[in-house]
Amino acid sequence: MAEVVFFIAAIGAIAGALGTVSMRNPFYAVLALVCHLLALAALFLLLRAEFVAAAQVIVYAGAVMVLYVFVVAYVGEGTDLPLSPHGGASLRPLSLVFAGALFAELCIAVLGSGLELLDEEGRGYFGAFGTPQQIGQLFLTKFLLAFELASLLLLIAAVGAVILARRRGGIDEAGPEVISVADVFRSPEPAGELPEGHVGTMSEAAGTAEQVP
Amino acid sequence: MSIEWYLVVSAIVFCIGMSGVLVRRNPLVILLCLELMLNAANLALVAFARMHGSQDGQIFALIVMVVAACEVAVGLGLIVALYRRRLPIDVDELRELQG
Repeated sequence: MAEVVFFIAAIGAIAGALGTVSMRNPFYAVLALVCHLLALAALFLLLRAEFVAAAQVIVYAGAVMVLYVFVVAYVGEGTDLPLSPHGGASLRPLSLVFAGALFAELCIAVLGSGLELLDEEGRGYFGAFGTPQQIGQLFLTKFLLAFELASLLLLIAAVGAVILARRRGGIDEAGPEVISVADVFRSPEPAGELPEGHVGTMSEAAGTAEQVP
Repeated sequence: MSIEWYLVVSAIVFCIGMSGVLVRRNPLVILLCLELMLNAANLALVAFARMHGSQDGQIFALIVMVVAACEVAVGLGLIVALYRRRLPIDVDELRELQG
């Protein structure tokens, strides 16, 4: 049973990856990547990584891919002239040769490593392996620093994305209407000059209709 | 299933992602191919965690997911900025990062 699920999920993952690379339309490439991520989540489940699989489906296939779909819809399709680099058609087979060479090298490195455990299904498995409880305990004890650094990194990335993608003045027509954080702290410019010796009153400041003599 | 199979799948997906980064010209698709490579690494990490019976590899995979999310946020922000400036969405045409 596990073998069947493994082969279905592995074929799905590889097909999704191929679709991501070869789809002409970026929108379809994103959808192929979603298929790939779902198949990968099934592989994670086979490896007894429940929490990682759940995070993969919810965070990756859910949230991150929605971000991609939004940006593809915003930028528009058909901007890609795929698989035809400027350097001529000779560069494309070259990249495939590179990929094949890397695959051969990785296979030699993995299968020729002589690790005894590679042929087994894995050892040291216990009942609660990979459950949210175990992962959460590890995050808050052994890997607390990495956890906190990850939260800091997410904050920095969110701020950086907002700064990168914001509208800048002078580029678009809507430039001067941009409201930035600095505007909040800037005091409004004075509307006019008061004559010498004249002291304003509260009713002037409040803007009532009647003039104070 | 022995762990080897998972590692071979991981290697295949990694190589597909790498060839995509080399071949494609749309930065959006290049970001997608980077995601493929990161996911292949994640699969290898989780497989090794299963092999050794320790959950540290799964923690590593989760941190990789966080870093990938950050990369997506910044990369998509750059693409939106490119689009706003009417620059071509093509990595061959983009030669400088000056703002």
